[in-house]
Amino acid sequence: MTASLAPVPAAPDDLAGLATEPELARLTEAARRIRVETFRTVYASGVGHLGGSLSEADILAALYFGVLRIRPAEPEWPDRDRFVLSKGHASVGLYATLALRGYFLLDELPTFDSAGSRLQGHPDMTRLPGLDMSTGSLGMGISAAVGIALGLRLQGRDARTYVLVGDGECQEGEVWEAAFVAARYELDRLVAIVDHNRLQQYGWQGADHEDRLPPEAPGELVAKWAAFGWRVLDIDGHDMAAIVGALATAAEGDGRPTVIVANTVKGRGLSFAEDRYLWHTRIPNAEEYARGLVELGEPASEGEAAR
Amino acid sequence: MSLPLGRAMREVFGETVTALADEDPRVVMLDGDLGVSTKGDIFQKAHPERYIQTGIAEQNMLGMAAGMASVGLLPFISTFVAFAVVRPLDQIRVLIAQPRLNVKITGGYAGLFTGRAGKTHQIVDDVAIMRAMPNMVTVAPADDEETGQVLRWAAAYDGPVYVRLVRDATQHLFGPDHRFEFGRATVVREGGDVTLMTTGSQTPRVVDAAELLAARGIRAHVLHVPTIKPLDVAAVVAAAERTDLVVTVEEHSVIGGLGGAVAEALSEHRPTRVRRLGLQDVFGQSASNEDLLDIYGLSAARVAEQVAAILAAA
Repeated sequence: MTASLAPVPAAPDDLAGLATEPELARLTEAARRIRVETFRTVYASGVGHLGGSLSEADILAALYFGVLRIRPAEPEWPDRDRFVLSKGHASVGLYATLALRGYFLLDELPTFDSAGSRLQGHPDMTRLPGLDMSTGSLGMGISAAVGIALGLRLQGRDARTYVLVGDGECQEGEVWEAAFVAARYELDRLVAIVDHNRLQQYGWQGADHEDRLPPEAPGELVAKWAAFGWRVLDIDGHDMAAIVGALATAAEGDGRPTVIVANTVKGRGLSFAEDRYLWHTRIPNAEEYARGLVELGEPASEGEAAR
Repeated sequence: MSLPLGRAMREVFGETVTALADEDPRVVMLDGDLGVSTKGDIFQKAHPERYIQTGIAEQNMLGMAAGMASVGLLPFISTFVAFAVVRPLDQIRVLIAQPRLNVKITGGYAGLFTGRAGKTHQIVDDVAIMRAMPNMVTVAPADDEETGQVLRWAAAYDGPVYVRLVRDATQHLFGPDHRFEFGRATVVREGGDVTLMTTGSQTPRVVDAAELLAARGIRAHVLHVPTIKPLDVAAVVAAAERTDLVVTVEEHSVIGGLGGAVAEALSEHRPTRVRRLGLQDVFGQSASNEDLLDIYGLSAARVAEQVAAILAAA
């Protein structure tokens, strides 16, 4: 609980240093804290996309606490790496990450999605410093990220651009328009990560109403990205060593943009939510909240338990 | 008697954005594979590294423009209005207008003249759509001279802009002494019998129509409204006060464009009878430019005839 989350000094072209035991432990702890703050925020505000925010937590931890060259005290630093949350509905996970990384105080998280808050339901760059793009209508963030990556290259900056895309989002045609152009321009400082949790808001019904079929056959998403000329890294999106390793590989330019297909579990970390599509937007009740905090290794404080 | 033909707006577009790029390293052009038609090819020859061919994928193109603007570049869009405004409308809404990013949506081929491409390429409701969008401003220059001035203004303005350009040569109306001012309408002819309000490439034809009306003894007051949003309400009210009847004329639907904007403003500030000439809630069709203007009542002769008929019936 007291382990320091402070990131190591930026190591832009050699991310191998993140693959050590202490670093992986630090990043894993960061991911756990992201899940805890996400869960707290959703419970406190009574709103939010919990399932997808929990599936992306390990990826956000690796990026914000390891890989991204950023300055939370100087969010507009022109040479910073960019991050675009194309799956903008999973904003609460990003807000928890930004707060833990020092962009704003944790105290602000409970304002999420309420009047006047900088923490809008979907990320709004005009309100909250630290957001590199406003997103929320699916398929768009990756186009913006392609423009950012190309723009940074035109400006002669060596910053990288990262974009997190949902697997359901990959049903949007715009994703493939962007994929085509990114490969055409050989944007090898662009890294897309697909949060491949195999569930979406409603999806395709399987054996019964509780059961959902995966949107694609196994391997289909990987094959599609490869066909569009991207370097594809297919990993376990909850294995911190695998995530860090893939991000390190992606940082070695080979003339292609890289996509990391991160195989994840929606609702990861909460036994009652994992792999259940209804937790796309479901809000925990008091009993689930207390149990969830325990499962996330963070028993409720007295104040929380009394709520 | 009628105004002389000027240079095509698309030529002026290609040359002006190229000249802007000569002066400003932030200027980039994103082309949706229509560089030959829009004259984006002029830009490519001069600044190949800042000309971005995005392929036939306009939703992504507008999204890329937002991303490029977010890192401090100044993107101009090169495609037809049909593909610059309507097809990527949600990208404009979410990625450009809402974050107020500095993208110049410079769509050619607005209105009826599309080289006989017909209704799929003719857009007659773009002003209505863009005018309704928060944070977006909408400007429609009248001729070659004003097109160059509007593009230079757009580059200097910090925020999203829609510039409505047409394909073919319009009549030359303004001399080099003309000064486009953002948000200001211009009286281009004085008169006391009827007030005509018009915009974009329709303005020169309305000036010619006023000449035809003068031959019939009707003195028309003509207000050119290049900035449709924000509307110059004071100028619209002042022009309306000259006569009892206002007629709006535009190469656009009568719903929601200049006619709609003028009717909204006058009903709030100076209730006045407004008649709206333009496309009467219909799509266009393939035909020669001359035939299109005749069919939809937008040639100088047809405008004069309709205005005279409205006055005779009044």
